Amino acid sequence: MAEWKFTAKDFAQIPERFSPGHRACAGCGPAIVMRLIMKAARGPVIATNATGCMEVVSTIYPYTAWKVPWIHTAFENVAANAAGIDAALKALKRKGRLKYEHVDVIAFGGDGGTYDIGIQALSGAAERGHDFLYVLYDNEAYMNTGIQRSGGTPLGAWTTTSPAGRVIPGKTQRKKPIADIMVAHEIPYVATASVSEWKDLVLKARKGMEVEGPAFLHVLAPCPRGWRHDTSKTIEIARLAVDTCIFPLWEADNGEYKLSSRSKVIAAKPEMKKPVEEYLKTQGRFRHLFKPENKHIIEEIQKEVDRRWQKLLKLCGIA
Amino acid sequence: MAKVEQKVLPLSGDEAVAYAVKQCDVDVVAAYPITPQTIIVERFSEYVANGEVDTEFVCVESEHSALTCCLTAAATGARVFTATASAGLALMHEILGVTSGCRAPVVMAIVNRALSAPINIHCDHSDSMAERDMGWIHIYAENSQEAYDSIIQAFKIAEHPEILLPTLVGLDGFVLSHTLENVNVLPDETVKNFVGERKFPLVKNHEGKMVPFKLDPENPVTIGPLDLYDYYFEHKRQQEEAMKKAYDVIKRVHEEYAELSGRRYGNGLVEPYRLEDAEIATVCLGSTAGTVKAIVDELREKGVKVGLLRIRVFRPLPMEDIVKWLSDKKAVAVMDRACSFGGIGGPLFHEIRHVLYDSPGRPPVVNYIYGLGGRDTPPNLIRQVYQELQKIAETKRIEQLVKFIGLRE
Repeated sequence: MAEWKFTAKDFAQIPERFSPGHRACAGCGPAIVMRLIMKAARGPVIATNATGCMEVVSTIYPYTAWKVPWIHTAFENVAANAAGIDAALKALKRKGRLKYEHVDVIAFGGDGGTYDIGIQALSGAAERGHDFLYVLYDNEAYMNTGIQRSGGTPLGAWTTTSPAGRVIPGKTQRKKPIADIMVAHEIPYVATASVSEWKDLVLKARKGMEVEGPAFLHVLAPCPRGWRHDTSKTIEIARLAVDTCIFPLWEADNGEYKLSSRSKVIAAKPEMKKPVEEYLKTQGRFRHLFKPENKHIIEEIQKEVDRRWQKLLKLCGIA
Repeated sequence: MAKVEQKVLPLSGDEAVAYAVKQCDVDVVAAYPITPQTIIVERFSEYVANGEVDTEFVCVESEHSALTCCLTAAATGARVFTATASAGLALMHEILGVTSGCRAPVVMAIVNRALSAPINIHCDHSDSMAERDMGWIHIYAENSQEAYDSIIQAFKIAEHPEILLPTLVGLDGFVLSHTLENVNVLPDETVKNFVGERKFPLVKNHEGKMVPFKLDPENPVTIGPLDLYDYYFEHKRQQEEAMKKAYDVIKRVHEEYAELSGRRYGNGLVEPYRLEDAEIATVCLGSTAGTVKAIVDELREKGVKVGLLRIRVFRPLPMEDIVKWLSDKKAVAVMDRACSFGGIGGPLFHEIRHVLYDSPGRPPVVNYIYGLGGRDTPPNLIRQVYQELQKIAETKRIEQLVKFIGLRE
């Protein structure tokens, strides 16, 4: 398929489908994800959300931020929501009862709804090959219920259920490689994106809609409340995650890994890769790691980031 | 008399359900296998594989996803069906409430089976009774014929624009699901016309436009929003109003169907059997009614004035009919195939006794809990119930309000 070409001005002129006036916090990363991705839809679209921040802030009855048809049912099943919508659209189209040539189906889930409680429904829907784009907006903890750790919370991070205590210094487990798990499902398209690289994010979302079958887009979306940073720093911090290779940008087209955006540049110029401290020091959730007794954790994080980056380079045929 | 000619097919309860679904022009079926419901899914898969139906069959990875898919497919405008039993229904529990709350007219067959633990695959009603308050219409079939008829009626009831409530049809596991019966089936066209195309009520969306209640890109609606103390209560009240309206709709749909098929089950809500002049009566759900009717006939031959009130629709509870048929009896026994541990007897007993408390006659009502985990319910057990009822009627004394029967004690 031909790549979608547009300028920032073109993009700005696309009417909002996720409208302003919703109740997300200032500096909310996930709200940026919603807005950009909804603008990337090709035409008729149905959106569905897992329970979570974005469902809550966008729909307090009788208000709604959704200018498109939208449904929320529960926490652990947004991929099944999409599957049901996809099945209905297919049946109605076949029977001549759908007035649209095509309807994009987009499912949004947070990290809790994707890594943890929702992975069964996601895996099932991926295996069955439903035609939908699944967007994981990853703010790395259960922010809606008050910053509890998830399978997407990174090593060492403070959350309210992985507190930085006197004996245990934050989360002791690593982040689950969810996007790789989705690649392993052998679905047509998987990609990572960051709110800091908006055009890359939008192009990947469009690509995910264009492919036949399931597509999975993993977007890093900082949460100022949960990550403990100033609301003006969301984009900066998201970019640091990319530049430290903590959250590299890539896509897997039919299983073929390829680096994208700033990560491609870093692979070509390794000196641009920043040390993890630069990212960690921007956020209160990692503050305890800078105590002398926890220094080894930062070293461990650096080692882990390097290991995963090398692995990714290998998958991309670079290293 | 039936208006249309019907074929007689040898079908098990599960097959009768699958056959009915095939005829109802269903758009989406999402289901997961579980004994004793599995045959429904298998037969339906065959219909799909052989091109006998034009249905998207989604073979999901769990019952939770089965009902979720049905919910969102229904919200997208499709006619949908699923089936489950026991643990599968329990796994769906969360989504049962979401489905009724989203006013998604899903039709589901429940092949009634005991809940674990200990694990048991046979019939009782503990699975669907545990879902009593989830906002679904509950219909219980006595035999495979009625399971077939009820599924067809269920689509028309659930999808009625003034109702929009998910509807479940219960049929007893193995007793009906795996037993071959001669089932009269209507011609495909007759069923298709009877059920008709799905209609959508108009609702006011957030743009102030009156739009059909479904997910339609041209006419956006938001379904399943966060709904706090300022509106949630009214939305729940609306569900109760829909239940109240369902009495008439169920009766009308039942009557309309009866005119086509020649088959009636009382007034559609309850089926009284030789109850008019009866002095003592039992109340039950499902296939047990078959055995009870045989015993009623036997006792009537001997001149004992006995009768049965079979509850066909458990939600909404046919309160007026229960009072009408039972208020003047000398004694009533409610047969429960489920247990409410730590409560006063079984769930059906709670409801019937509650309704009769305010009835003019306020008859004595006792409870028999029977058949859990598929324990056989032989004629002798029913004879025993009527004998004990006769004693209560004569002495006007209840010795034991709740009794477990047909087990080692």
